[in-house]
Amino acid sequence: MSPESPIDEIDRQIILATQSGLPLEPQPYHAVARLVGVSPEEVMARMRRMLETGMIRRIGAVPNHYALGYKANGMTVWDVPDEKVDELGARVGALDFVSHCYQRPRHLPEWPYNFFAMVHGHDKPEVEAQVCQIASLLGEADRGHEILYSTRILKKTGLRIGG
Amino acid sequence: MDELDRAIINDLQGGFPISEHPFAEVAARFNIAEQELIARIASLLENKVLSRFGPMYHAERMGGSLSLAAMKIPAEDFERVVGIVNAMPEVAHNYARDHILSMWFVLATETSQAHAEALKKIERETGYAVYDMPKIKEYFVGLQLKA
Repeated sequence: MSPESPIDEIDRQIILATQSGLPLEPQPYHAVARLVGVSPEEVMARMRRMLETGMIRRIGAVPNHYALGYKANGMTVWDVPDEKVDELGARVGALDFVSHCYQRPRHLPEWPYNFFAMVHGHDKPEVEAQVCQIASLLGEADRGHEILYSTRILKKTGLRIGG
Repeated sequence: MDELDRAIINDLQGGFPISEHPFAEVAARFNIAEQELIARIASLLENKVLSRFGPMYHAERMGGSLSLAAMKIPAEDFERVVGIVNAMPEVAHNYARDHILSMWFVLATETSQAHAEALKKIERETGYAVYDMPKIKEYFVGLQLKA
C-alpha cells in the first residue's frame, strides 16, 4: 500500500486472507482471525468499518453472468458532450439493467467514446432494446454509440493485492 | 441448480452478515442447516455458477489504482497476447470483445506507478499499444442479477 493508504498492516492481512473468498466454514471470521493472528472480534470490527467506509463494497456472492443465463453482456460505449456526461451518467446508472457506469477518457480519433455502461440480457435483442432505452434517455447528447459484446472470458480472478 | 440454489444466489448478492455464525443466520432464512448452505455455496463455486463469494474490495479506496485498458490484437496473434496478459497478477479480468479493440482487461495495482509499469511491460512484451481508459467518474456500480 502507498504511504497515504487508509489501511494499516492488520487490515492488509485481513484483505490478503479474504480477497480470494471467505472461508467456507461455520465461523469464517474466526478462521480469518486465526490466519491473521488477531481476535475474531477485531476481524469483525475491522471488516464492519471497511464496509462503512466503502473500502469493502459489499460481502456476498458474485454470480457468473453466463451461468445465470445472461449470455449477452454488452459494454455499451457512448460519445456524450463532456458538459452533459455527469448529469446523464447518473440517470443512465439508475436504469435497472445497467451494472456499471463510468466516464472514461477518449482516445481520438479512433476512440471517440467517453461514457461506458455495462448492460446484461439473456440475448442480443434484449440488450439492443436496453440500448434503445439509453439512447432515448440521452436524446441529442448521443453523438454515436457502439455495443461491444464479450465473446469470451479470458480471465476473471477479481482484484488482488500482493502478499 | 435448483430453486433453492437460485434463492440463495439472489439473497447472497444482497450481502452476507458479519457475525459469529453468519452461515447459520442465512441458513435459518431458508429453513436449512448451516452445513447444507455451506455445501451449496461450495458447489455453486465449484460449478462456476458463482465466480466469487466473500468481500468485494474497492481498490481505489485502499489506495490502489484500477483501470480498464484495451488492445487492438489481430486474430492470428490473439492467443499469444492472452498468455502474456493473463500471466500478469495485476490483470484482474480480461475479456475478448467483438471489436477492432479486441481485448479488454482490468488492471488492479497498489500504486499508480505500478499501474504505469504494468502497462509498459504489457506493451513491451506483446508489441502492441495499450489504450488506457482509467475511470474519470463512477456513476453506478452494483446491479444484482436475478438467478
